[in-house]
Amino acid sequence: MSNAIHLHYEVSGEDFTRAGEASGAVKKRLKSLGYSPDAIRRVAIAMYEAEINMVIHAEGGFCDVDIYPDRVEVLLSDRGPGIPDVEKAMQEGYSTAPANVRSLGFGAGMGLPNIKKYSDEMRIDTTIGVGTKLYLTVRVNQ
Amino acid sequence: MTVKDLIEELKLTILVEGDLDREVTDCYIGDLLSWVMGRAPEDSVWLTVMGNINSIAVATLADVSCIVLVENAALDTDARNKANIHGVTILQTEENSYALAVKISGLLR
Repeated sequence: MSNAIHLHYEVSGEDFTRAGEASGAVKKRLKSLGYSPDAIRRVAIAMYEAEINMVIHAEGGFCDVDIYPDRVEVLLSDRGPGIPDVEKAMQEGYSTAPANVRSLGFGAGMGLPNIKKYSDEMRIDTTIGVGTKLYLTVRVNQ
Repeated sequence: MTVKDLIEELKLTILVEGDLDREVTDCYIGDLLSWVMGRAPEDSVWLTVMGNINSIAVATLADVSCIVLVENAALDTDARNKANIHGVTILQTEENSYALAVKISGLLR
């Protein structure tokens, strides 16, 4: 669609502390475009969780955001190890995050469940040894 | 009630000063960042022991009014710098979450 605003970010896999830069930037952009606080919050939280996942599990990746008048679509793609059991990963409390990540307050097994909770549509394409693509859509009620 | 009122009433120490005129309408306690991010209400005061850089991202995304590091939990240097950049107010107290929350409850009524 021609009226979409497209944003592209690289999520660094080396630095755990830099996660959140893409979601922070998108949040700012949506705010300046006048989207509702609820929609902005949902997009930001879902994106941040996905960024954290990419840093913890996949050594970073890319984030593509398309902003439409009625929805925000986000594609997060990485070349990580893939998710062996998506159903399990979707369960609240299930986590494979290492101990150092847990000590920072992550690894509670809330990442994917939170993403699902805050997006209106979510799809995961994952292949072991190749990577994962996470598509999410947040609808904007205006 | 503003962040400034909260600081005065509860004698909190200011570690990073953001917008002290922000309204505080609620309170949330938690240390698991994903949990907090998904559930902390906007404009709440967030009580935690997590003083790392990811806490600042969570505070920004969840749009809380301020962070209070309870039981004198430490704020690391990266977190302090990021909070300064993003204008996130960070406060500290020697009290634990429960004791502080009870007082906040009285103030928010």
